[in-house]
Amino acid sequence: MDISPAPRPVLELRDIVKTYGGVHALDTVSFTLLPGEVHCLAGENGSGKSTLIKIISGVETPDSGVIVVGGERHASMTPASAIAAGVQVIYQDFSLFPNLSVAENIAMPRQRAVGGRFYSARAARPIAQGIVDELGLALDLDADVAALSVADKQLTAICRALVSDAQIIIMDEPTTALTGAEVTALFALVRRLQSRGVSLIFVSHKLDEVLRVSQRLTVLRNGTWVATGAAGDYDRDAIAGLMTGKDIDTSRVVSAVPADAAIALEVKGLGRPGAFADVDLVVRCGEIVGLTGLLGSGRGEIAEAIFGVRPATTGTISVGGHPVRIQSIPDAVAAGIGYVPEDRLTQGLFLDDSIADNVVAASVTAFAGRARLLDRARMLAFIQSVASRLRIKAPNLSLAVRSLSGGNAQRVVLAKWLMTNPKVLLLNGPTVGVDVGSKSEILEILRTQASAGMGVVVISDDIPELYSACHRVLIVQGGRIVCELAGDAVRVETIEQRIAA
Amino acid sequence: MSTPALRQRRSGLLSRWPGRNNEGYLAALLLLVVAVMSAAAPAFFSLHTFFSVIRGATVPWIFAMGVLLVLVSGGIDVSFPAIAVFSAYSAVALTTARGVDAGLLGNFALAMAIGCLLGLVNGILIARFRLPTLIVTLGTAGFFRGAMITFVGATYIAQLPRSLAEQSTRSVISVNTEAGTTFLHVLVVPVLILTVLIALGLKHTMFGRAAYAIGGDPEAARRVGIPVQRTQVVLYVLVGALAAFGGMVFMIQGQAADPQMLIGIELDTIAAVVLGGASIFGGRGSVLGTVLGVLLVQVINNSLVLVGVPTAWQRATVGLLLLLGVGAQAWAGRRPRRAAPAAVKAPAVKAAA
Repeated sequence: MDISPAPRPVLELRDIVKTYGGVHALDTVSFTLLPGEVHCLAGENGSGKSTLIKIISGVETPDSGVIVVGGERHASMTPASAIAAGVQVIYQDFSLFPNLSVAENIAMPRQRAVGGRFYSARAARPIAQGIVDELGLALDLDADVAALSVADKQLTAICRALVSDAQIIIMDEPTTALTGAEVTALFALVRRLQSRGVSLIFVSHKLDEVLRVSQRLTVLRNGTWVATGAAGDYDRDAIAGLMTGKDIDTSRVVSAVPADAAIALEVKGLGRPGAFADVDLVVRCGEIVGLTGLLGSGRGEIAEAIFGVRPATTGTISVGGHPVRIQSIPDAVAAGIGYVPEDRLTQGLFLDDSIADNVVAASVTAFAGRARLLDRARMLAFIQSVASRLRIKAPNLSLAVRSLSGGNAQRVVLAKWLMTNPKVLLLNGPTVGVDVGSKSEILEILRTQASAGMGVVVISDDIPELYSACHRVLIVQGGRIVCELAGDAVRVETIEQRIAA
Repeated sequence: MSTPALRQRRSGLLSRWPGRNNEGYLAALLLLVVAVMSAAAPAFFSLHTFFSVIRGATVPWIFAMGVLLVLVSGGIDVSFPAIAVFSAYSAVALTTARGVDAGLLGNFALAMAIGCLLGLVNGILIARFRLPTLIVTLGTAGFFRGAMITFVGATYIAQLPRSLAEQSTRSVISVNTEAGTTFLHVLVVPVLILTVLIALGLKHTMFGRAAYAIGGDPEAARRVGIPVQRTQVVLYVLVGALAAFGGMVFMIQGQAADPQMLIGIELDTIAAVVLGGASIFGGRGSVLGTVLGVLLVQVINNSLVLVGVPTAWQRATVGLLLLLGVGAQAWAGRRPRRAAPAAVKAPAVKAAA
């Protein structure tokens, strides 16, 4: 496991302990980062990855342990001392200033850090231009950051880190909001950074991506160190196993669906000008159909049209063989369609309400008894049974949803729609931001629902997930379904190629 | 990936039109109001009107500078009139009660020291305890006014100390016209100096940029090592000092110290600053826009008087202007701020090295 003779690490954490209110977030964790390497930090939600990053970047102070950066020992860091030591974090939200120009975002923090009391926009521009040119990017330096695409915001954050003489760059979930092409561009950039001698720590859920770019890997589980080693020594399943402590199955498991199974959802000639056109789609009972494509391809808009969020202007939709007219969300719900939106935090949940209230939110009218009063006992029993079926992990169901982890919150959204007993369930990015353990459980739930006779449509970027669960995968480009893969044709590489084509 | 034509920047003065905060539109609107009023009432277009608009705008102008600082940093302050009254009235009441005259500079220094102290209270409550700025300043505004009346005094002081009283009639420019002699008040000079200093400070110091950064995203500011708390505290102290300065000017203009003065001026001031393009959500705003906003509100108020519109309607107009300013911001925010060049829509890496 040791690489010898080991070059002197640029960053070393020894026996770091951090507790929050008596709970160990990190329990004697050690970590080394070698010069010029890309080191993946993997772990499920709550495994202590974020805490470790916060300790390196000086946002949190460890209870005990030593941090050695560039040969200097520290008991703890502050944000300023971490930056001075060459540590830069590129946060998931990029931590940029939306109201300032790209040039100022890149150059101002450095001008400040070197002790300047004055700021000169004229001096900032060449600094920013220099790094942008050096990396061969095409960023508009005068644009407000608020007007940039997600990928360009990330590039701005990377430029800012480099301008501040970063020796160590930590990227927190850098690929979550990027499309496949953007991820490829990012990784090309990461290799160029490496060749400049920068060391990178990559934090990611998406193991395939991480393995493409990392040399070494450290896995955390429940705040403890589990493994460190060369990335090449592990495959997807091995890492997933280390992260969860269980064997995680990412292989393809699809049940057989008879060719004459009843049709759950049929869409013909669906279109909305400017979004999508001529969409034909058949989902049989028991079938899981994947819908994928680049961001902006129209895949999300198709799902939203079927659910009546923004209705289509042409075409027909039938559910269970009966034509339905869907002009609004209530129409879709009445027709037996359920929808788990992409951004579950803002669209799918009432964050401050209890788990139980969220679970029952879409089906509450079904529990109206005599005189239209709620039959509380029956409702609670039902909520309990759904919650335990979906294995929602919470001390009790009256807690606010806000307190749940990503995977559990997603299960609450799922539970909400399963309570309505839909004939068709559409899910947009069902496992975004969910750790591997929860992810495979969510896919298992979908398989169970499908085999109980539901038609399931999964809209996703996550190709291994489509491969693992979908009977058929449809690829959307420019608002049209351009390709359908079924049976043995559903392979990770094939899907990747067709999306990029 | 990008055509040169797309990347080429418009050059010259036109390229800045209408300015980062739409100052150009505001200036055009101001000129329009002046043109319309001049056509409607020829007496309006005169040096006398100009000087009286400036005189009337002086106090809101100073306050607006303070409000701008707070808005840029992502907060809002409604306590500045209370701080102005507390500081200016206390400075005068304390010295006159002892029968001394601290002199012009002494009186201003005393008032501004009190203003700084009251601003510090706001700053600490807001920065240290992370309380919402509107509620904190609403609370302190009530507290400051009440505390002053309880502990300092509630009497109307009709006779200002001589050093202040003699400023009331001092002018920096006086011009003889057919209608008589018209004056530009001397206190315009320090206000202009302060304005230039604040403009430079916001644009060219790290402190100023930190204020914008905090207004843009306080957590991001903390993460790049900006001392967020200290910057906020200093900002509120500055606002306190500016408020005290404004209070003194108001007293000198009115030739009396009235503990009930400056009630309701926060509406005019905030309306002017928001009209001037400063965002109520923080991070945007300029000194030039703010000055234009103040002048616009003042010119409109003046015009309404000239046309004979009752006072109640003037208040309503200012309220409408505030809504107009906020509405314009919301409308502008819904459009993309600038057409994104094609180069940044696709992943922006030009070519793999």
